[in-house]
Amino acid sequence: MKEILKNLNKAFENKIRLGIMSALIVNDYLDFNTLKSLLDVTDGNLASHLKSLEKSGYIKFSKEFIGRKPNTKYSVCEEGKIAFSKHIKAIEQLLS
Amino acid sequence: MNKQKYIEDLRDIKQMMNRSSRFISLSGLSGITAGILAILGALSAYQTIYANQNYLEYRQAILSDEHLFTLLIIASTTLLLSIAAGIFFTTRKAKRNKQKLWDLQTKNLLINLFIPLVTGGILCLILLFKGFIGIIAPLTLIFYGLALVNASKYTLEEVRSLGIVEILLGLLGIYFIGYGLIIWTIGFGIIHIVYGIIMHIKYGS
Repeated sequence: MKEILKNLNKAFENKIRLGIMSALIVNDYLDFNTLKSLLDVTDGNLASHLKSLEKSGYIKFSKEFIGRKPNTKYSVCEEGKIAFSKHIKAIEQLLS
Repeated sequence: MNKQKYIEDLRDIKQMMNRSSRFISLSGLSGITAGILAILGALSAYQTIYANQNYLEYRQAILSDEHLFTLLIIASTTLLLSIAAGIFFTTRKAKRNKQKLWDLQTKNLLINLFIPLVTGGILCLILLFKGFIGIIAPLTLIFYGLALVNASKYTLEEVRSLGIVEILLGLLGIYFIGYGLIIWTIGFGIIHIVYGIIMHIKYGS
């Protein structure tokens, strides 16, 4: 039991961070506005969760310009993929 | 330990994965309408091709330029009406579910649908003008099926099996070439209606 709990990732306890990871795992990349409408959150709220996931090294972003508008594309890193699947496995073990 | 929270988490993860990568506003009603239109289209094509022929003798599909023109009109009308119905019902469903109609998923879906579909369409037009009329009906089924399989990753999972059924029917149609139009009617008409009803029941309008 302790072993399982250790595998549960604190970074994914939050609903919004869990949502961001779920969406990014199945897409090559998503931009800020798409994530915002998927999760139905405010700009500031989303930005702070994105930042914390990025700090953990789970996601990365690239900035580009469409015309004059900046467009930030987020994608999940290899480390994020591993951490996320570990987290899901831990949940499944916990529930089984 | 709060198990309920983790059950909810798993459900949320699955939901978000689907919602962010698949186009789920596809309406079953558009399938049913497309099916009915296809049957009507096939009936009028049938009458054009076999008009003025003795029903008791061996029937041959003879196409004059005039007939060809009528067939093209029937085909494009059927296609346009089906697309219009599809857009109408799908927009309505997206609005009801408060989902955006035009986003990354829609774009992915359409691009992947249209690559095989347009290839098949152009090929069929070339064959039509070269006079290979018999294999066109089954070929449209094959390419439509390939298009559906290709696009199914970005929409409801049933679309994949629908595509495989259409491909198999198309191959049957090439083998039993005299039944091309009947098999076409089954593929685009009846199968669409069946799948439309299944999806309407499963996912609502």
